[in-house]
Amino acid sequence: MGEFRRAGRGLINKDNPVHFSFDCKTYQGYEGDTIASALLANGVHLMGRSFKYHRPRGPVGSGFEEPNALVTVTRGKGRMTSNLRATTMEIYSGMEASSQNRWPSLGFDAGAFNNTFSMFFPAGFYNKTFMWPKSFWDKVYEPFIRNMAGLGPAPTEVDADVYGSVYGHCDVLIVGSGPAGLAAAIAAAKKDQSVILVDENAELGGSLNSSPSVVIDGKPASEWRHKTLKALSKASNVTLMARTTAVGYYHDDFVGLSERLTDHLPILEGNQIREKLHRIRAGKVILAQGAIERPLVFDGNDKPGVMLASAAQDYLNVYGVAVGKEAVVFTSHDSAYTAAFELADANIRIAAIVDARIYIPTSLITMASDRGIDVHVGKVLSGTSGKKRVSSAEIYDPTSGAKETIKCDSVLMCGGWTPSLHLWSHSKGSIKWDAETGVYLPDVANENCVSIGASNGDFGFKAALDAGSKIGGGRKTYTVEEPIFGTGEVFSSLPSYKKSSKQKAFVDFQNDVTEKDIKLAVREGFRSIEHVKRYTTNGMATDQGKTSNLNALEIASKALGKEAPQVGLTTFRPPYTPTTFGAFCGYKMDDLFEVTRKTPIDAWAEQQRAVFEPVGVWRRAWYFPKAGEDMHTAVARECKATRDSLGMFDASTLGKIEVVGPDAAKFMNKMYTNPWGSLKVGAARYGLMCREDGYIYDDGVVGRIAEDRFHVTTTTGGAPRVYRHMEDYLQTEFPELDVWLTSTTEHWAVIALNGPNARKLIEPFVEGIDLSPEAFPHMNVREGKIFGLPTRLFRVSFSGELGFEVNVPAQYGKAVWEALYEAGQQYDITPYGTETMHVLRAEKGFIIVGQDTDGTVTPQDAGMSWIVSKKKKDFVGKRSLARPDLTADGRKHLIGLLTEDSNVVLEEGAHIVADPNQPIPMDMLGHVTSSYWSESLGTSVAMALVKDGFKRMDETLYIPMGGGIVHKAKVVKPVFYDPKGERLNVV
Amino acid sequence: MKFSARSLFANALSGHENWPEQFPDKEPKKEYDVVIVGGGGHGLGAAYYLAKKYGITNVAVLEKGWIGGGNTGRNTTIIRSNYLFDESAGIYDHAVDLWDGLSQELNYNVMFSKRGVLMLAHNVHDVQSFQRHVHANRLNGVDNKWLSPEECQEFVPILDISQNRRYPVMGGALQMRAGTARHDSVAWGYARAASQLGVDIIQNCMVTGIRRGPDGAIEGVETVKGYIGAKKVGVSAAGNTSVVMDMAGLRFPLESYPLQALVSEPIKPVVPCVIMSNAVHAYISQSDKGELVIGAGTDQYTSYSQRGALHIVEHTLMSICEIFPIFRRMRMLRNWGGVVDVTPDRSPIVGKTPIEGLFVNCGWGTGGFKATPGAADLFAYTIAKDEPHKINAPFNLDRFVGGRLIDEAAAAAVAH
Amino acid sequence: MFLIHCPYCDEKRPETEFAHAGEAHIVRPNAAEQSEMTDAQWSEFMFIRDNKRGDSCERWWHVNGCNMFFNAVRNTVTDKFVKTYKMGAKRPSNAQIQKWKEGV
Repeated sequence: MGEFRRAGRGLINKDNPVHFSFDCKTYQGYEGDTIASALLANGVHLMGRSFKYHRPRGPVGSGFEEPNALVTVTRGKGRMTSNLRATTMEIYSGMEASSQNRWPSLGFDAGAFNNTFSMFFPAGFYNKTFMWPKSFWDKVYEPFIRNMAGLGPAPTEVDADVYGSVYGHCDVLIVGSGPAGLAAAIAAAKKDQSVILVDENAELGGSLNSSPSVVIDGKPASEWRHKTLKALSKASNVTLMARTTAVGYYHDDFVGLSERLTDHLPILEGNQIREKLHRIRAGKVILAQGAIERPLVFDGNDKPGVMLASAAQDYLNVYGVAVGKEAVVFTSHDSAYTAAFELADANIRIAAIVDARIYIPTSLITMASDRGIDVHVGKVLSGTSGKKRVSSAEIYDPTSGAKETIKCDSVLMCGGWTPSLHLWSHSKGSIKWDAETGVYLPDVANENCVSIGASNGDFGFKAALDAGSKIGGGRKTYTVEEPIFGTGEVFSSLPSYKKSSKQKAFVDFQNDVTEKDIKLAVREGFRSIEHVKRYTTNGMATDQGKTSNLNALEIASKALGKEAPQVGLTTFRPPYTPTTFGAFCGYKMDDLFEVTRKTPIDAWAEQQRAVFEPVGVWRRAWYFPKAGEDMHTAVARECKATRDSLGMFDASTLGKIEVVGPDAAKFMNKMYTNPWGSLKVGAARYGLMCREDGYIYDDGVVGRIAEDRFHVTTTTGGAPRVYRHMEDYLQTEFPELDVWLTSTTEHWAVIALNGPNARKLIEPFVEGIDLSPEAFPHMNVREGKIFGLPTRLFRVSFSGELGFEVNVPAQYGKAVWEALYEAGQQYDITPYGTETMHVLRAEKGFIIVGQDTDGTVTPQDAGMSWIVSKKKKDFVGKRSLARPDLTADGRKHLIGLLTEDSNVVLEEGAHIVADPNQPIPMDMLGHVTSSYWSESLGTSVAMALVKDGFKRMDETLYIPMGGGIVHKAKVVKPVFYDPKGERLNVV
Repeated sequence: MKFSARSLFANALSGHENWPEQFPDKEPKKEYDVVIVGGGGHGLGAAYYLAKKYGITNVAVLEKGWIGGGNTGRNTTIIRSNYLFDESAGIYDHAVDLWDGLSQELNYNVMFSKRGVLMLAHNVHDVQSFQRHVHANRLNGVDNKWLSPEECQEFVPILDISQNRRYPVMGGALQMRAGTARHDSVAWGYARAASQLGVDIIQNCMVTGIRRGPDGAIEGVETVKGYIGAKKVGVSAAGNTSVVMDMAGLRFPLESYPLQALVSEPIKPVVPCVIMSNAVHAYISQSDKGELVIGAGTDQYTSYSQRGALHIVEHTLMSICEIFPIFRRMRMLRNWGGVVDVTPDRSPIVGKTPIEGLFVNCGWGTGGFKATPGAADLFAYTIAKDEPHKINAPFNLDRFVGGRLIDEAAAAAVAH
Repeated sequence: MFLIHCPYCDEKRPETEFAHAGEAHIVRPNAAEQSEMTDAQWSEFMFIRDNKRGDSCERWWHVNGCNMFFNAVRNTVTDKFVKTYKMGAKRPSNAQIQKWKEGV
């Protein structure tokens, strides 16, 4: 055991020594140590460098509030984590930790150059310079600033870990397992409430773990804690969660918890979940988060070895570590005396207690002198010396002006206590300023939550225990013996004989914000604390101001001559402490990030080595290449085969909605631009749907299955929104209509058969439907059987060829597809994908909503006036279509384009002009919406939206592609193949 | 005092004790030629340009809280102008023109970083849509270039372009003049420059009413600091426009939604530009400090609470980690919410109102920051000349009556 | 994530089961009304919204639940629901909203 370990103290397991490395040097600690406690036990205080000035830094705290001691831990491939607090990272055997933001080494850091010239880098300096010459900003200044940016290294490998997420519910969620939290848990558990108790630390117990002199109900605090935790862990209605941080408090008592499961384990096995996000809906939330000690702001308060008094106390009591051999305690609060006495009792020499206050309880002075400790009343520390570790402190008496240098290897400071309001503030509870203690306290709750104990400003064990019991629903009052927590005084600025400009009194230790930076901000007219924060970056470091916000507020308020509440308090934002992205992702990553919807036939396509494309949430077969084929040749083959003989296409992704009810036709009349009453049972019709604003929303073929039943199809991507659109109108605008809507997209597999042999293929397998052209003409639907399975058979065509769409219940989709494929071999049946489907329809000038139209195209613009009923008095979009700008000249119309060089396939999205020689910005007429090579026609074909396009038939337009390339194209009607539609009627 | 390396040096020698206030806090005068409601970048900028370009210096900017405290200080600082329609490209490119050189113009380094904005295409529809943008931008003189997946990776080495991912990178559109700026500095820079030209910047001065004369024209505003007369009032109060317009008896085509953003802990440089993905729905850049700055879509409901939901954050981070799985071990440092005013076509309204002397600049949705200098300049023009500039003329209120909407989002359409 | 009371299910369910559906009580004009409306009046119906800071009537859809649309009064500053009620009920008066708030 080293010289800084103290036997018989702490929760560490001294039977289990642990070796780890820091900056490649091996150290020994014990199971239960953090990196910080183990390094301190080895006499190492220098653990990091600050952000801006790269000043040497040691730990200031002992927990999650730590601003300074940030390290990077590497653990094999894909497991490097930077910016970890050494004060909370538990060591394990073989851990590799290193310091960061220094080059070449922690001991010698070239970046400390900034410190030497820090006078030129005050708050906001970058707003004032780097502006001339202008070109230097992009090329010199900014790259330089960027290079200096950041703390830890950036990740370079994909994270090797997995994460989880769960939902949870409880009657009472308790945040913090100190005396208040535990007492609340006991009381609530007794009332049969379901309780979740969380604590961010590895060991539950909070301040109970660091209070050797406290006695609760006759038992030492540690024993009471042990007994209580044992009882709670046995209770079936209580869940105890260590290493779990309540990161954010959201609407309606919804709290996010992040649980860390593996970072402390010596051996990682398999796919253990590293962190888990618990989203807890609580009946009630009890916030017992405690308070964080406040540093004092004095020149030299950032030297390694200068830390919070409570931190030194924690290191001693929780880890059995002495932070030094001789310490100076600098305080303005009674509580630091207890820390000093505990340290003194553990053979750490307290060289002096320097108390900035004049009035101090005499009992404390007596207790100090009993231990032989000098108390310097009404004095301050005016400086420290030492480079990488404090070596002495200077005591200054502002009354007499006397100075005294006192040797020490640590300085323990206490400027009072800041109740943790973070979660309270997330919940939008209001806060009030307590002038006496100089802190903000919870005021009126906005959610069903209460703040108790130190986080409510009620300090001391008894106060916390009794409050916990009461809030938990109990009546118990505790008998407690405890040292005086006492009171303190807030010093918005400590006296010094040094000129302000000569001092470096740090407020934000990580971001190097000093007292004079804050004063500078005020001098420059920044009056709100939000402005001061943003101008100086105070409180914006990875500790989010846990130790600095209130000190900054005091300094700013004093400089402004205002009360703190008039200057404000920066709002606390989630998360409470930095939280791993992976925890928020949970299991939803990689293949589970988002559902990939697949059709019933997808597996067959995969077997056939189809190339897929993502379409919205679906994946669809794009084309089916044969050996050696690229997309172009595959598509050309698929197109030709379909037009010549027979192609088959998986159209199962089409959205399908069953519209049923006595008023179904009336409803359809409202939703679509065209009329439906006249549609005979067994007939099908193309439908066009507008939004209320008159623009095309969706389209699809609709079949009338019965008087009161329509089988509606929608675009693949449009299915959910069309369904919503319909439900919305049905329920809220036309509730008098007797109609039901059912989304049936997944119920049907749809196999589209196109080509002159389509009928021949299915004929032998269809029962109950007369397939003859006379009995079953184009645009009809019949119910019957195929292969003995129920089908809704549509005779429709999206290719211009004779076409059928075989709808069968989804579970039979693959079998029917396979049977048709096999039977189709005699016709060289060719499966094709979405690309060929696009080419075939473009040759016919059929639009794809979302490609040839966007949300700015009306039915008239698309050349589809014929489908907008003039007779119907009302349909969704009708009134808007009458607005002047929707009927004005100059609208873009959907037309066809044929390139002068028929081999040129225009780029989709390319823009069209009348005069390619005009200067930029050019007057653009429109753009190419669809463009393909047509194997059937031996030419490229394109569709385009062009200003006044209908009036430009046969005009030549230009498509400037940049680099001097200009394509020429003629405006034509957008029907390229079989304009008379004869192919539909092949017998 | 002019800001420069020299003045910084000189002040360092005197312990930085002599810097003057950047924007003195003023008490309101009885009357102004122009009162701007809203002390964000847009409002402060408008005041600056009124003074600078049109010699109208008897101007007050009224801010209900602290300047730059609304969306100016709550956004992800992305600047770009690669919009599709002529009107949008016009207004945003005007802004980018002004961003370039703004630091020198204001003598205040707003740290406009032309890092480039790369928009990733993840499906065929994206490719079509982005290429449409690239072509339109080229003919409009707006820089925007199509990159193959390999070129995307060359520009952003941490990008995984393997094609078997759920959202494969099928290419991207890169605007090089685009980038980020330091948001607070924009507000402070305009405030300082405007102050120096005689504009009064009045904080903690919430407007509680709008007073109109017998002829219906604007006379002034009621505030918590008393009545202030004004010949003209320009409302530039993003997140509260409906509330302010309601005081004038006007109802507006606006809805206000919560929009969240977040930053990570700072790390060494790794994200070289702004990367946006519409399909996965998230965007990311890295700040001068080293923080990853991340944003996504709005919450689904209207709200003024500046408080968002956890599942939105979860989805945002899932999306970022889907594009960049190396970031899963990063940690979220801070998450905050703003309120964005959204119009039916998601394009802004910048121009006159039916009330004489009342002007409005609103409805920027999630795109307000990038437009700051352009919107401010055009708003100042409109107020000074009593008519819109030709760049902002299409962004009038009447378009909602006639139907000539400027709907960029609709043009991007949806997957078919 | 809100907890929202669905008046049809009569249960409080998490927000992710619901879709916000915009301002409530904006009645779509019938055919006759439409034909008589000026473009400005039509635009008002289409686009103009109260967007109130405070108690606001809005529509929600229990899309991942009972599939019903319903109305709600929610305060847009605190985000707290005052009351949800079935489609077809009239817009509550301010006095009614106040009563609901007081639990009457």
